[in-house]
Amino acid sequence: MSENGQRPRTLFDKVWDSHVVRPPANGAPTVLYIDLHLVHEVTSPQAFTTLRERGLKVRRPDRTLATMDHSTPTTPRNELGIILVPDAMAAAQLEVMRRNCEDFDIPLYELGSENQGIVHVIGPEQGLTQPGMTIVCGDSHTSTHGAFGALAFGIGTSEVGHVLATQSLLQERPGSMAVRVDGRLQAGVTAKDIILAVIAEIGIGGGTGHVIEYMGEAIRSLGMEGRMTVCNMSIEGGARAGMVAPDDTTIDYINGRPYAPRGETWDAAVAAWRQLPGDEGATYDREVVLDAADLTPMITYGTNPGMGMRITERVPDPDRLGDLTAKLALDKALNYMGLQPGQSLLGKAVDVVFVGSCTNSRISDLREAARIMRGRKVADSVRMMVVPGSQQVKRQAEAEGLDEVFRAAGAEWREAGCSMCIAMNGDQLQPGQYAVSTSNRNFEGRQGKGGRSFLASPLTAAASAIKGAITDVRSLQGEHA
Amino acid sequence: MEPVTAFSGQIVAMPINDIDTDQIIPARFLKTTDSAGLGKNLFADWRYEVDGTPRADFVLNQPRHAHATVLVAGDNFGCGSSREHAPWALRGAGFRAVVSTSFADIFRNNALQNGLLPLQVDEETQQQLISLAQEDAGTTVAVDLETQTLTLPDGRDVGFPIDGFARHCLLNGIDQLGFLQSLEDDIFAWEESHPARVNTLASA
Repeated sequence: MSENGQRPRTLFDKVWDSHVVRPPANGAPTVLYIDLHLVHEVTSPQAFTTLRERGLKVRRPDRTLATMDHSTPTTPRNELGIILVPDAMAAAQLEVMRRNCEDFDIPLYELGSENQGIVHVIGPEQGLTQPGMTIVCGDSHTSTHGAFGALAFGIGTSEVGHVLATQSLLQERPGSMAVRVDGRLQAGVTAKDIILAVIAEIGIGGGTGHVIEYMGEAIRSLGMEGRMTVCNMSIEGGARAGMVAPDDTTIDYINGRPYAPRGETWDAAVAAWRQLPGDEGATYDREVVLDAADLTPMITYGTNPGMGMRITERVPDPDRLGDLTAKLALDKALNYMGLQPGQSLLGKAVDVVFVGSCTNSRISDLREAARIMRGRKVADSVRMMVVPGSQQVKRQAEAEGLDEVFRAAGAEWREAGCSMCIAMNGDQLQPGQYAVSTSNRNFEGRQGKGGRSFLASPLTAAASAIKGAITDVRSLQGEHA
Repeated sequence: MEPVTAFSGQIVAMPINDIDTDQIIPARFLKTTDSAGLGKNLFADWRYEVDGTPRADFVLNQPRHAHATVLVAGDNFGCGSSREHAPWALRGAGFRAVVSTSFADIFRNNALQNGLLPLQVDEETQQQLISLAQEDAGTTVAVDLETQTLTLPDGRDVGFPIDGFARHCLLNGIDQLGFLQSLEDDIFAWEESHPARVNTLASA
């Protein structure tokens, strides 16, 4: 018991408890209030149709923000500064988004406009994502926002309609899981490697029904963008959400952003955020512990994000697996990937390198990739695409000259969007192609029908682009530190 | 919404673990603004050759399984993307239930919103159904939502868990949106006592 006689509560408990509109009653689960609803063009049209059919309004347009990111081209602007949308279906979908936002008074960051970008990049960037909030979006990577100590999770389109109309959701209370990463990361090892290692450890269904709280020295040492990378992929471990308790790093990041509180409101907000970390003695349903000192750059070899290993390891052998269904799954994955058991992936030639996505498209990701690329050339056999997460990231990168580093190396510098992570905008792999990708999913066909993806960090992606093959960034000359 | 109560249906087996929603409906079919018409692209990349011809060896293309309405899958069905297009595609192709040992959280929610039953069973039942479907395409199971039972061809009844409120909504053809709307007073009261932190309409 804590001093006030209550059971010690976790960060998740505090955020959940403070948003209960109605506790479970008469067989109905908790009704949870949603502070911020982010909307994009792909998962919202049918929800607006429901609202129209029922004659409903959007209850709180002032708690709603829309952007265009999934089906938008990332090809350079034309001479008039316009991003053309050649795909008729995508253009129609974007037009529907525009009309829906206009009809329902929702602010929209239109394609190519100054603040447009990937939905999970713009929320934090604008200071809309704040500790202690509940945030949803029709997108599984909404877990990204949990890096700020928000409870943020993906929902389906029916639930998008629920939130548009009522700003509330019916929710079963999930279980809690602590993932503690002790110690310090070695050079060349990043937030992306942490989360790939966590998912390899717990498996892609390992977090199902749970909200993960990431903690420990290695997590605390990460900047906000690294924490976002970690929380982003919580869903790839099956978790409902991922969270990191707010601290000075969080508060410094938010301070001064467009929607951040100011003046006295700021002081009150910070005081409230300081109360959010879990109480002494709070317990979790499950705990997983990793030692950062043991982590190395990671790479996936299979067709789900749980099929990952240290970049220096060899592809596992299905015949050594005891469980028959696991053996069949690995057989199927290696067959799709065209890989052999026992093979090392180091030196495996790749055709495409993609730096981008809501996992790794922020300024710090681009800086890391550029650090490796500076003064080097992308191998002739490789197409490298660098896709900033938002227009703001793009401008910042250009102000720092990163675009010139990428261009000089022979990489493509693109407009902001989801791009080849979901491959529905024309940016895609061709059948059989291999890619090192900083995105979040290596599912069959995810980056283009028949395409084969190796998930890795921006450092590994950049090193592999230069060598034309999967490369341990630590082996590059001058990259010892 | 049409009430869901009890039905019988032929089963078809896809004994693959971790079937993700990108397989159920690939992203390139998500440019639609409609929820209808997705059935023909269910499992599109497994079902069709690059030129669009159906793959004869893919189970859902086999004429003997043409009438199946209950999909028996491997563990952790529906992981990955939150796209509700996945249950829309399954419903569009005539499926009324999916049997697995576990379901991804968002898929389960989405399925329940669309009258598609996620039937969570033990591994033994799952394996038994997979064998039965592979031996005899005519194998039929009965599903009763009221009693939460799945009746196997040998007469054995297997229970399945389902969220009580979702069950209530399905049995009565009520959708959750209507219920949330009825809580207007509670929602308003919460808002009154919790001032908004951000206003997206305020020019930043």
